[in-house]
Amino acid sequence: MAYYQNIFSEVQVRPIKPEHGIPVDVDKRWGTPFNSYLFGLIGNAQVGPIYIGYLGALSFACGLIAFEIIGLNMWASVNWDPVQFVRQLPWLALEPPRPQYGLRILPPLAEGGWWLIAGFFLTASVLLWWLRLFRRAKALGLGYHVPWAFASAIWLFLVLGFIRPVLMGSWSEAVPFGIFPHLDWTAAFSLRYGNLFYNPFHMLSIVFLYGSTLLFAMHGGTILAVSRFGGEREIDQIVDRGTATERAALFWRWTMGFNATMESVHRWAWWFAVLTTLTGGIGILLTGTVVDNWYLWAVKHGVAPSYPHVYPPVVDPLSVSPTTIPGGAP
Amino acid sequence: MKTFFTILGASVAFFLTVAMFGTSGWDRPPLVTQQNGFRGTAMAQIHTRDGVAEKKDANLAPAPADPAEPGEELAGTTYENVQVLKNVSVNEFNRLMASMTEWVSPEQGCTYCHNTENMADDGLYQKKVARRMLQMTQHINAAWKENHVGGTGVTCYTCHRGQPVPANIWFTDPGPNRPGGFIARNNGQNMAAPSVGLASLPYDTLTEYLADKSIDNNAIRVNATTALPTTKGKPIQDAEKTYGLMIHMSEGLGVNCTFCHNTRAISNWSQSTPQRTTAWHGIRMVRDLNGNYLEPLTSTFPPNRLGALGDAPKVNCTTCHNGQSKPLNGAHVVEAYPELATSTEVVSAAPPATAPPEPAPAMPAPAPQ
Repeated sequence: MAYYQNIFSEVQVRPIKPEHGIPVDVDKRWGTPFNSYLFGLIGNAQVGPIYIGYLGALSFACGLIAFEIIGLNMWASVNWDPVQFVRQLPWLALEPPRPQYGLRILPPLAEGGWWLIAGFFLTASVLLWWLRLFRRAKALGLGYHVPWAFASAIWLFLVLGFIRPVLMGSWSEAVPFGIFPHLDWTAAFSLRYGNLFYNPFHMLSIVFLYGSTLLFAMHGGTILAVSRFGGEREIDQIVDRGTATERAALFWRWTMGFNATMESVHRWAWWFAVLTTLTGGIGILLTGTVVDNWYLWAVKHGVAPSYPHVYPPVVDPLSVSPTTIPGGAP
Repeated sequence: MKTFFTILGASVAFFLTVAMFGTSGWDRPPLVTQQNGFRGTAMAQIHTRDGVAEKKDANLAPAPADPAEPGEELAGTTYENVQVLKNVSVNEFNRLMASMTEWVSPEQGCTYCHNTENMADDGLYQKKVARRMLQMTQHINAAWKENHVGGTGVTCYTCHRGQPVPANIWFTDPGPNRPGGFIARNNGQNMAAPSVGLASLPYDTLTEYLADKSIDNNAIRVNATTALPTTKGKPIQDAEKTYGLMIHMSEGLGVNCTFCHNTRAISNWSQSTPQRTTAWHGIRMVRDLNGNYLEPLTSTFPPNRLGALGDAPKVNCTTCHNGQSKPLNGAHVVEAYPELATSTEVVSAAPPATAPPEPAPAMPAPAPQ
């Protein structure tokens, strides 16, 4: 079978002597490199050595602390029952403080204090990891595309867990740490603010998210399709077009009249990915702080269409009889 | 090595596929979609034909007992200690007693409530509860006729279904935490509670929204009524509680959100279906029943009938509806039992009363104990 038609990489390069790459000023690489068949299926067969450095070590330590705090709180919430911990894991969470604590720096630990501590360490871990990416890119003489793309994701993370709660004046506005709980939070967030689908920045974020997947599929498919002509050497072909590039370009020019280049397709992909979280973060930031009901906002600005009524008029029963005894008689 | 991983990968994929098909509670096609809103709004109810037929069979209303012979004698003058049904004829009274036995305690018989040595004896707690439940049934059929139960009405069977304790009652959920040691706060959520459809939503939302008869009428509403913020709005936690209550209603009635709402603007009344108004009154009815009929029985029930926190068993939407938008397939169960359609404690209440005009609040009858 032709190797480019397989879902796994069929050709594994296994250096006899491990590659160490270019020499760098400060070399803090750790571990003995080895070759792995499994890793070779999905990437490079050589594993390690890994660069740790103090930023990496600190980031890992902070991340581990956050992970432990979240995990132990989840375990405690099922009374330290190991079976229930595993069984209910997707439902468990570490919840932010209740609304009455506002922006208090440290509410009682069991009342959200742990959430703040975990959030602090997780944020520290992520920011340190960003610095590490930046410094490693610099050490290798690369551009900073990867750190800036990661910064876009961090922006959304910070908006959700820090910036927006601060602007709203309450940590309770932040997202819980948990698998299903953060999904339920997301649904409740949209319900609370009158349907996030009418938030134009949410619309943009969806466009870029789905656009990213489309671009990824188009680009990945194109390169695999021309790899029999050396298409996987796409970076070389940015400046030195080969027949693979020509054929790939022709394919798209024939089918849709326009084609990206070996270089520009990566700019498309990079911007789509970066704009997904950038616009998403703006959308979240505006929700509750500047706009309280996105549906009504969309009506006000002529975004939401109106549909014909199919039922006789339905009115708010509370507006009909405001004197009704709460919860009581009809 | 390579062959081993290929076989391993293929078998893992195979078993995951089998598990996905076998354990996820899929609905087998064909699905039936019933549109209930303007086209393009995705307002539709989705069922399977088998599911609908199964539910219909499981919720058949029992045939009413043969009509009673006409008679002038009143139960209140013939029998001792008849408090609620005293203005009902003796024949009607005995017919109802027989029906109640069929509805509530078909296996246990009359002795479930009565001391057969002296039928007037109030010694058994079941009799006192049954008396209050008769008042409750009359109250539902009279005061809530216009806004919620309509012509279908309710009898004991609507909830009891041949069981002394209805299947779908509920108690306040104290959560999983025991005192002592490090207690993690779960914010009253995140435990796959059946009352909220196994979501991680707040698990005791029913106590807050359905047990408190004096709750603020706006408690469930979380959406802003203006596009831009004017006052400090409600926290997301409140939206999660409302969401949990709505999941309960959806599960209890076997419908999805669009049965009542146009989900593009959940809170908007003018785009909702008329069912939302019925449901809105239903929430008030449940609060009324829990607050005025069930909670006052807390001291009447023996401890083994109470919840973990010593609270009385309560009703919610599922208690009557049992997974159908109209309980018992919408059968007009109360028509054959006019004595259940209105209060029989005073003679003047001869014609079945409709709900009093708004805003006059129909206060529930006082407990006779």
